[in-house]
Amino acid sequence: MLSPNLIFLTSLAYVALLFMVAFLGDRQARSGKASWIQSPVVYTLSISVYCTSWTFYGAVGSAVRNGLEFATIYLGPTLVFIGWWFLLRKLVRIGHMHRITSIADLISSRYGKSTSLAVLVTLIAVIGTTPYIALQLKAVTTSIQVIVASDPGNLANPPSSDPANEMAFWIAAGMALFTIIFGTRTIDANERHHGVVAAIALEALVKLFALIAVGLFVVFALADGPADIFSRDAARILQTEDMFDARWIALTFLSGIAIICLPRQFQVTVVENTGEDQLRMASWLFPLYLLLMSLFVLPIAIGGLTVLPEGSNPDMFVLTLPMSVDQDFLVLLAFLGGFSSATSMVIVASIALSTMISNHIVMPIALRTPWTSIERSGDVRRLLLISRRISIGFILLLGYLYFRLSGKSDALAAIGLIAFAGVAQFLPSLLGGIYWKRATASGAKLGLLAGFLLWGYTLFLPSFEGDLLLSASTIEHGPWGLELFRPQALFGLTGQDPLVHALFWSLATNTVLFIGGSLLFEPKPLERLQGTLFVDVFRTPAGDEHRFIQRSASAEDLFILAQRILGSNEAQRVFREFAEGQGLEGDFPQPTDAFIAHLERRLAGSIGAASARAMISRIVSGETISLDELMRIADETAQLMEYSQEVEKKSLELEATARELRRANQRLTLLDAQKDDFLSQVSHEVRTPMTSIRSFSEILLETRDLSSPQSQRFLSIIHEESLRLTRLLDEILDMNLMDRGEASWNLHELDAAVPLIRAIESCRGLAQSTGSAILLDEPLPSALVDADPDRLQQVVINILTNAIKHNTSPKPEVRVSGKLINDQYEIEISDNGPGIPSHLRPFIFEKFQRGAAQSSTGGIGLGLAISKEIMKRLGGTLALIDDRRIGTCFRITLPAKRVPPQQQEREAG
Amino acid sequence: MTTRVFIAEDEPNILESLSFLLGREGWEVTSALDGDSALEQLNDGALPDVVILDIMLPHRNGFEILRQLRASPRTRELPVIVLTAKGQEKDRKTAEEIGANAFVTKPFSNKDVVDQVRRLAGL
Repeated sequence: MLSPNLIFLTSLAYVALLFMVAFLGDRQARSGKASWIQSPVVYTLSISVYCTSWTFYGAVGSAVRNGLEFATIYLGPTLVFIGWWFLLRKLVRIGHMHRITSIADLISSRYGKSTSLAVLVTLIAVIGTTPYIALQLKAVTTSIQVIVASDPGNLANPPSSDPANEMAFWIAAGMALFTIIFGTRTIDANERHHGVVAAIALEALVKLFALIAVGLFVVFALADGPADIFSRDAARILQTEDMFDARWIALTFLSGIAIICLPRQFQVTVVENTGEDQLRMASWLFPLYLLLMSLFVLPIAIGGLTVLPEGSNPDMFVLTLPMSVDQDFLVLLAFLGGFSSATSMVIVASIALSTMISNHIVMPIALRTPWTSIERSGDVRRLLLISRRISIGFILLLGYLYFRLSGKSDALAAIGLIAFAGVAQFLPSLLGGIYWKRATASGAKLGLLAGFLLWGYTLFLPSFEGDLLLSASTIEHGPWGLELFRPQALFGLTGQDPLVHALFWSLATNTVLFIGGSLLFEPKPLERLQGTLFVDVFRTPAGDEHRFIQRSASAEDLFILAQRILGSNEAQRVFREFAEGQGLEGDFPQPTDAFIAHLERRLAGSIGAASARAMISRIVSGETISLDELMRIADETAQLMEYSQEVEKKSLELEATARELRRANQRLTLLDAQKDDFLSQVSHEVRTPMTSIRSFSEILLETRDLSSPQSQRFLSIIHEESLRLTRLLDEILDMNLMDRGEASWNLHELDAAVPLIRAIESCRGLAQSTGSAILLDEPLPSALVDADPDRLQQVVINILTNAIKHNTSPKPEVRVSGKLINDQYEIEISDNGPGIPSHLRPFIFEKFQRGAAQSSTGGIGLGLAISKEIMKRLGGTLALIDDRRIGTCFRITLPAKRVPPQQQEREAG
Repeated sequence: MTTRVFIAEDEPNILESLSFLLGREGWEVTSALDGDSALEQLNDGALPDVVILDIMLPHRNGFEILRQLRASPRTRELPVIVLTAKGQEKDRKTAEEIGANAFVTKPFSNKDVVDQVRRLAGL
């Protein structure tokens, strides 16, 4: 049985140890010896300030109540550190370059160093963190009460009474004292709290060690190893059927956001970071730490359910399990683990919040009030230190008040999640700010405000018990009975877990307003500048803003200002160093734009960007933010990219034009050659019959003794050749008309078989004269087509004529067949002639390509070209079928509409 | 000895008119309707005094035949009249370059053809 005094003394001794570590850390860091403080291991351990007493005690409680749900709290940060390290790296880089002091400073600085935005973020952070601090007080208080309770039966219901409140008050006061002593030794956040970080790292080891010790004790002393533990009835808490629902996803998401947005996490991850490469180790070591912290949660939960009496508070299993078997040392260790978790959170959170309050609320007020106290005689430094110390006290007082008000039955986890959801409101402005240049202060303000109000209404206010802030009837039926505005079922969104519900409405509204507001309102020049510097932080050298902001001030005024904020020594050092950099001998540098920008950033490291800017603005004259310059250079990258894209587009266009011209030129050259060719062909085709005509007519003219049959024959040749000439001219004209699209078409619906039969009939005479046979295997089917009957006839006659004329077979035959396939009327005309030599086949539809050049019986090269063109115009095709071993086969197709009712019977003649 | 003229021409009507013209002069006319048989007859048969060679012949065109004739010692000096329906300057030039003795464009004048044959036959 541990006595209250022992607990008190142990705590005191532990705090003394922390003091020593913090003190040593600070001193070593100052003397520049403490490389271990800047090691990535210490950095990672300090990030584990994430694991508060909620995680230490509450995870087991959460496992008992909701099964594996507790794992989400570890899963979210793990995903961020492993998968989103690039986001953390960008935050750290921005933090270094702009000497960011807090998450409020980052958001304010990004959106044009806006004071109002900084105030808003600070308020949300304070209100969001208060329940969290209350949670730590509650955890420590309860743990002490549990230990000192003499009757183990009391374990079921932790006592709560005035002594508890009193105890909580003194715990809060002690934490405030520690934080004030070590958290406000310097005011420059960029000088970092090495001592505090060292103490936090030690606490991280203590809580991990304690939890693992309790876990091992449960598994191997209370039970017979892991197998035994997990085989117990209580292992039913590993229910999985409700997993991966909306709440599960929301919790994972939420804890992932929290690891970035919680003020204390931002403090240790970004502000206290001393080198980007520290993140490299943190990206795996921190997830490993979380894994170890979560390893024994289930065994302890199962152990508690099996060993302890029914109704014991599961949030205290870590403590009550060793107590149940009087393992005093283990109880003490577990208590110290919980104590570490609570104190480290409270210390870091109150440092982060006090920096925000003093920089973003106290400073602006001081700057606005009549300036006498600070400007003439006061010391800003002192004001800052005092305001920070008071802020720390104020924050812990708020936490204590919440502890008193929030009731006694709240589970630890619920309070923590309320805080998570509150700070999650920073996410849109934060992410948008570092990845989206167009994001503006108006959008950020709108989004933050709306998200914060919705969070307060749907989650924070309902968390107070009783009728304290929101009456039970308001929660049940909405304000004034307006069901639509029920805090936990807003706009009729019922049936949701209150947390998922609140998270959905607040974050969705926040994001929509942030994006909408950003698009709607033009950014101010300074916002534009900061936007570029933040988003392009990896491309923009630090301190570039002096290129865009012109201002002048006397070096003396600047020095007085610097002295007030940085202190005399530090100010002298800053001025001397810059003067050296300028190659000057004295203590004062030239007050160039670059120096003013440098000094402003240096001051921002102490008092935040917005206040630093406000103070500098008071003593500089002729400040102009050159909008043109800004637009020109701030958007340099974007413009360069746009420009190069444009150039690329232009050159692509040019290239395309050149290509087109080249193609057109080739086409023209080809056309020209074709025209020459055509003329030469026409010339040849005309000259050939002309030769016979001229020669025979000369013979007839000159020769008087011609026999009558002779002159008859010669005359008939002349006649025949002049017909050939006429036909040639007709074809040339026809082709020309068709080429120019001027040929007349007499399209109408008709039975395709009719012009086909007519064409066959009109070729019978020619066939008889050469002894050929035209064979029709089957009657041609009837089908309605849209066609010009004369043109269709012309095509068939042309092909039939070729097939008859060029056929050198001893028993010349031409076969015609027709069929209807899938709405296509298909005619095949084949012969048993010599066929077309394969090297000529590709060209037969070109003008003046005489397929069977062997025979010159009047065939000229335009017929097939015309036929092909006709079929194209009729919506059909004409093709040479290439699969015949003997002869030639042409296939004509035409789209058919439908089959007329009666099939006409036709037989071959 | 009668003058012998060989005609290579694929248009039957033109061949008929040429045969009639030259036959009327008392000359002996032999002929071919395509390039291959023209070259075969000239290489294997008795040499004519004059050859009338159409350019646009199936299988083997007139220029090719003329080149072959000029390549062989037997026919190197054989007088050849090139007959063309294209009548382009380019053809005339090619014909001269590969050794045609005369160039006649279709449609020709009967008298012109007869005169050319007479000249080349040395009559």
